[in-house]
Amino acid sequence: MSDAESPDGADENPLLRVEGLQKHFQVDEGLISSLLRATMGKEADYVHAVDGVSFELERGETLGLAGESGCGKTTTGMSLVKLHEPTDGRIEFRGMDLTESNDEELDEFRRNAQMIFQDPFESLNPRMTVYDTLAEPLRIHDIENETARIRRALEFAELQPPDQYFDQYPHELSGGQRQRVAIARALVLDPDFVVADEPVSMLDVSLRAGVLSLMERMTEEFNLSVVYISHDLSLLRHMCDRLAIMYMGEIVEKGATEDIIENPQHPYTRSLINAVPVPDPDVGRERVELAGEVGDAIDVPSGCRFHGRCSEYIGDICETESPSLERKAEFDDDREVACHLYDSCGERS
Amino acid sequence: MSVLDVSDLEVYYETETAPAQAVDGVSFTIEEGENLGIVGESGCGKTTLAKAIIGILPDEGYVNNGSIEFEGEDLTEMSDAERRRHKWEEISMIAQSAMNALDPVYTIREQIVEAIETHRPGTGRTEANEIVAEMFDLVGLDPERADDYPHQFSGGMRQRAMIAMALALEPSLVLADEPTTALDVIMQDQILKRIGEIQSDINSSMMVITHDVSVVAETCDRVIVMYAGKIAEEGPVEEIFGNPYHPYTIGLKRAFPNIRESDQDLLSIAGYPPELTDPPSGCRFAERCPMATTECRTTEPEPHHQGDLRTYCHYADEIDDGFRSRADDPETWRDTEAARSARTAAEVND
Repeated sequence: MSDAESPDGADENPLLRVEGLQKHFQVDEGLISSLLRATMGKEADYVHAVDGVSFELERGETLGLAGESGCGKTTTGMSLVKLHEPTDGRIEFRGMDLTESNDEELDEFRRNAQMIFQDPFESLNPRMTVYDTLAEPLRIHDIENETARIRRALEFAELQPPDQYFDQYPHELSGGQRQRVAIARALVLDPDFVVADEPVSMLDVSLRAGVLSLMERMTEEFNLSVVYISHDLSLLRHMCDRLAIMYMGEIVEKGATEDIIENPQHPYTRSLINAVPVPDPDVGRERVELAGEVGDAIDVPSGCRFHGRCSEYIGDICETESPSLERKAEFDDDREVACHLYDSCGERS
Repeated sequence: MSVLDVSDLEVYYETETAPAQAVDGVSFTIEEGENLGIVGESGCGKTTLAKAIIGILPDEGYVNNGSIEFEGEDLTEMSDAERRRHKWEEISMIAQSAMNALDPVYTIREQIVEAIETHRPGTGRTEANEIVAEMFDLVGLDPERADDYPHQFSGGMRQRAMIAMALALEPSLVLADEPTTALDVIMQDQILKRIGEIQSDINSSMMVITHDVSVVAETCDRVIVMYAGKIAEEGPVEEIFGNPYHPYTIGLKRAFPNIRESDQDLLSIAGYPPELTDPPSGCRFAERCPMATTECRTTEPEPHHQGDLRTYCHYADEIDDGFRSRADDPETWRDTEAARSARTAAEVND
């Protein structure tokens, strides 16, 4: 199962197309300050968590979203599976615009899009057995052969023998087993699309490789499209076909994983890659300390949002003009960079 | 002289059944100005070791045997009051979760000043405040923010404040327990760099406890790999990462992807560590080790010395006769009993 074969021609579209996705959160304020603000005619403050993110995801493709804490990668991931209602922008799933779809279409989408969370201690209901945890989505979507499907999902997640896990509660399982239950729950509906947010960061070192190889197997055998969210580029390099580097709610560079890791072009991507420690004491890593912290997400910096920390600042243009994410004349791969250092080749993404 | 000399240390926890042998017969030293890394998975005893050294074991934990000599004095023989004198002034700790380690109802300044005044009676307010400003500067925080409360700081800033506090009295030994685990890569990089700079300024020794082998590779001179309460292997960082002898060390190193390599075949160590209330009589890693033999399951390995490397494995002397190349092959690790039982049923069903 690889190329387009669907008779309705839906496969001309990528599985997922995201255009100008925005998610802003209103800043909490007290009653009095909100009244004061209203009388003074000021507008409420918003956190610009995701501010115009666009990308496409093909069937069977894995995309990594990378960036520091607070760059909007998790908010993006949650918006993709409709756990957040976007403030603006379009998300198309197999050509269907989710912002305009009816309940039935959304239901179909929710069956096909699943999320695996970072912390399996918090993402599993402590009062539900493993069986009920996996049965719940099947019941919601009215799917038959409940037990057989649950057994198959648990076996796939290497929880053997599955029947032995049916009546166990999350607290009786180890962290690795819990994350496997979370993966089994995501797979029990046979989805096409999964968002995995830091899927192994809470797990012990010796268990990580096992869960990662399970996820690789999952991508391959179910021909899944996966968005991996992590700050750990060594993990993303291992798991993803393509990478999108995020900074303050925007994608600053995206392209094939190998091109980006081996030859990063955006100054921020370089700093991010340089900051990753290497498990080899003989490799002298060039340490370029990135000054300061991420800027204010409420009162966002003008121009390029990275200009205050950038080591390659080239002048006023960085502060006044927001660089668009586009192909650049300097690179012949299919990389897109949002940076004034390079010449636009006129082909906007 | 060594700053710290731990000898045959046993730290147990009282449980409803038998005591859990969290640290079991561990010996090592830390020299002046040296950084020692302790790596291993959860429950291997690395944090218990640090808590025993600084004297903050929970009520059910106790030192069963062995000694912890700090600058020539045995800490295990001291009263709590005597030990408290050492704390923070000579031995300090950077805890894993700065949010929980800092007191939420006092400003950062009050907390650092309190530590200074307790340990250096007679220090005036002005002088204490000068130390606070100096430490804030060193860790890259704006000294004006010392009057903030912990909740006003971001995670990275709190971790830096914690470091400022731990280093304020220029201790000769700093215990850093997962100092950067809660942080993202950029913040981790800044903080590790900062710790290194300050440390060489005040010439303190450090014990870095972490599960992240890359952090140890970059910050430490020597490494101890712990497994289920015991030392599996110990040696200079170049040896441990370049030429390890213990299958567990080899496994850990290959268990996580390296950003500098493409297309890596990761190695997965199937199974779980043994129950510490009833540890196996042979090598503690035998159950999960793909190379284990009957000897491994019945007899505890004696240390094998190769240069500065100390390895607790029966087959360390056969390392070059194909032992290392087998242990370094992910295929070998797919063939352990635990891995096989997980896999066969899955394949039958596909």
